[in-house]
Amino acid sequence: MTDITAPATKSGVRISGAFHRLLAFSGLIALVVVFSIASPNFMQTQNVLAILQATSVNGVLAIAATLVIITGGIDLSVGTLMTFCAVITGVVLTNLGMPLPIGILASILAGTFCGLISGSIIAKLKVPPFIATLGMMLILKGLSLVVSGTKPIYFNDTPGFNQIALGSAVGSIFPSVPVPNGVLILFLVAAIAAFVLSKTALGRYTFALGSNEEAVRLSGVNVDRWKIAVYATAGGICGVAGLLIASRLNSAQPALGQGYELDAIAAVVIGGTSLSGGRGTVVGTLIGALIISVLANGLRILSVAQEWQTVVTGSIIILAVYADILRRRTL
Amino acid sequence: MPISPATALSSSLDASVTPLVEMLDIDKAFPGVRALSGARFELRAGEVHALMGENGAGKSTLMKILSGVYTRDAGEVRLNGQPVEITSPRQAQDMGIGIIHQELALMRDLTAAQNIFIGREPRRAFLLDEGALNRNTHAIFDSMNLKLEPTVKVETLTIAKQQMVEIAKALSYQSRVLIMDEPTAALNDAEIAELFTIINRLKAEGVGIVYISHKMDEIKRISDRVTIMRDGEYVGTVPAADTPIETIISMMVGRTLTNDALVIPNTSAAPVALEVRNLNRGREIRDVSFSVRKGEILGLAGLMGAGRTEVARAIFGADPRESGEIWVNGNRVGISSPQDAVRAGIGYLSEDRKQFGLATGLDVRNNIALASLERFIGPGGVINDGAMHETAEKFIRQLSIKTPSDTQEARLLSGGNQQKVVIAKWLLRDCDILIFDEPTRGIDVGAKAEIYKLLNALAEQGRAIIVISSELPEILRLSHRIGVMCEGRLTGMLPGGSSQEEIMRLATLRPSAVAETNSERKSA
Repeated sequence: MTDITAPATKSGVRISGAFHRLLAFSGLIALVVVFSIASPNFMQTQNVLAILQATSVNGVLAIAATLVIITGGIDLSVGTLMTFCAVITGVVLTNLGMPLPIGILASILAGTFCGLISGSIIAKLKVPPFIATLGMMLILKGLSLVVSGTKPIYFNDTPGFNQIALGSAVGSIFPSVPVPNGVLILFLVAAIAAFVLSKTALGRYTFALGSNEEAVRLSGVNVDRWKIAVYATAGGICGVAGLLIASRLNSAQPALGQGYELDAIAAVVIGGTSLSGGRGTVVGTLIGALIISVLANGLRILSVAQEWQTVVTGSIIILAVYADILRRRTL
Repeated sequence: MPISPATALSSSLDASVTPLVEMLDIDKAFPGVRALSGARFELRAGEVHALMGENGAGKSTLMKILSGVYTRDAGEVRLNGQPVEITSPRQAQDMGIGIIHQELALMRDLTAAQNIFIGREPRRAFLLDEGALNRNTHAIFDSMNLKLEPTVKVETLTIAKQQMVEIAKALSYQSRVLIMDEPTAALNDAEIAELFTIINRLKAEGVGIVYISHKMDEIKRISDRVTIMRDGEYVGTVPAADTPIETIISMMVGRTLTNDALVIPNTSAAPVALEVRNLNRGREIRDVSFSVRKGEILGLAGLMGAGRTEVARAIFGADPRESGEIWVNGNRVGISSPQDAVRAGIGYLSEDRKQFGLATGLDVRNNIALASLERFIGPGGVINDGAMHETAEKFIRQLSIKTPSDTQEARLLSGGNQQKVVIAKWLLRDCDILIFDEPTRGIDVGAKAEIYKLLNALAEQGRAIIVISSELPEILRLSHRIGVMCEGRLTGMLPGGSSQEEIMRLATLRPSAVAETNSERKSA
């Protein structure tokens, strides 16, 4: 009898194993299918592009968070850092009247610099990442208000600034698929981050740190330097997010930002990156971010109240992590 | 990359040759502890030099100084006769000093190749050259005669294979000095033999090897000289071949130990305390049945991965079982969690004390009380510290736990004393069935004898005891009966005092082959 059942269970495990590995992706497909059946409007090009556009800011922030989380750390400051970068861009472009490229550079540099500081506090002063970035989150929230004088900075004097996120380079070539630039930038950042993670030393040490930091140290690697580099890179990516949100709103809104970090972390977790570090993928995070926006969009189309959307997102996070635990148990 | 030592020194042990490493009058203090005081060590090219001493004798500290993990407070380190300052692990590696740490220092989520070349990845421009990485790793594995894919993730490897990856990593540095801290702790006999082949090859190539181990038979087999340390001080250096084990042990402990002979009490009339019937769990546990009587010590022998720990964890409810019954004192008990097991009077002392057995951050008193906290809760839910203190003191005396007080943090105790704290915890909980998984792993010789004495005393008091051990001398020294496991099956039950050969025969009996033929016969 055992001879008959043994191979059956074996292949059963294999199928469910493959399914679980693609769990986030299967989840996304399932959501899309359900929503397209429930509403004919869901799969309209216009709506699909709206979903992608809505994913761009959170997606970019989530990629930044992914890098840090793979090291076994956490970055709670990605949201307010994004705002701070937007405000810096506003100061450079509107208040100082500098040209657009300088403004773009300023945002990314400001992000990198702040990440460098967070990373240094964590690596050199040995302040736990949770605390260091919690402090940084509040500092940047305050600084954004201070620098901007608590008022939004508008980009009316910089024509073309809103094209960074809203324009469509693709649409000017293929008018039938007007993919907004913001979405393009999201995929570009994702591609670069995935490349860095798999092909460069920075990526290798990102995984190594999250896997066993002490072992990396004992291997003679300058652990502090690489850890700081990861936070700085994440900061630079937050600078990109700052540009995206400022461009979309055509203004730097200094009061915005807090709360974005939790959406970003949610996307990372749904995408299968382990909060204990050592494993994770950019593609997973991208799918995680898409799941969140598809849910929000689909539920809105079905006229489900905003409050309930949050409840659903919360449940999905718990479900996603539980599914991952189940997967690991079966392996 | 072939293993080629950078030194051209011959492998002769001629004393006139400048030693590869000299460590002179090394002092090292940590807050509150003087770890080393005037410690000395000398290593020649082409020798295996064993470093021995009880836990806390300072062996690991001394070697961490040599490998750049710690810096010394005083003294001198010479490499090829030249005084050197070693201030970081990286610098030590660059000087050709490699160390294989006792706690495997690998990154579980990375591949074997990525682990070996961490910090020195081959690159093309600014990109990692994964192809070269895997080729280099393959060459090292080949030179070690190791069948392992460079791209395999470390977390999927057995401890033994992980150990081999560590060795490959040390070899990849072209080390002239290789420090091995308890390299065989998790290896079975075949793997130890493989390791020794590699050690002998390195030795022939002029690499100096520092070998830290508690296992006497290994020291005799592999090493040329033995340096003994005690309490952070140098005791002496002796040739391994012609120094009796007793002499080495007495140098280590500073006194002569008496080795009590095995006395098997007649327990055939005693009631059965624990009976396991047809226990099954996947491929790890296959149809295991046995019983233990009150006052009996049952040894469970077998190679790594034979399923002994799995059986223990299944009995204790730490892992789910697929089928099987557990009977305690003649009653069938439903055990689906450790909580159920403890309620039934079963205590399990894990092989990994730090991870599972001991709350290292808590003090001795709270560790002892951990499983029976409800006894110390007074009116209003307040913990009665006075009563807890009295109880802890009682056990500290009874088990002679060496600790300054019962408020000492458990992590600061030596391995043997930590083990006693865990034993005290289960005794206080009235557990009459105690399962010891590798009770003396990482415990030094002196403390070992004490643990043995304690286990005998516990059995005499009528407790039923199961001892899982990978060290055959330990099994033979303690067990009244010996169960042998192989590939998840109980392949035999031997009387106490059986021969090592008989145990090994059963431990290597391939039951899977037997089972397959059996099932074929059944289906036919």
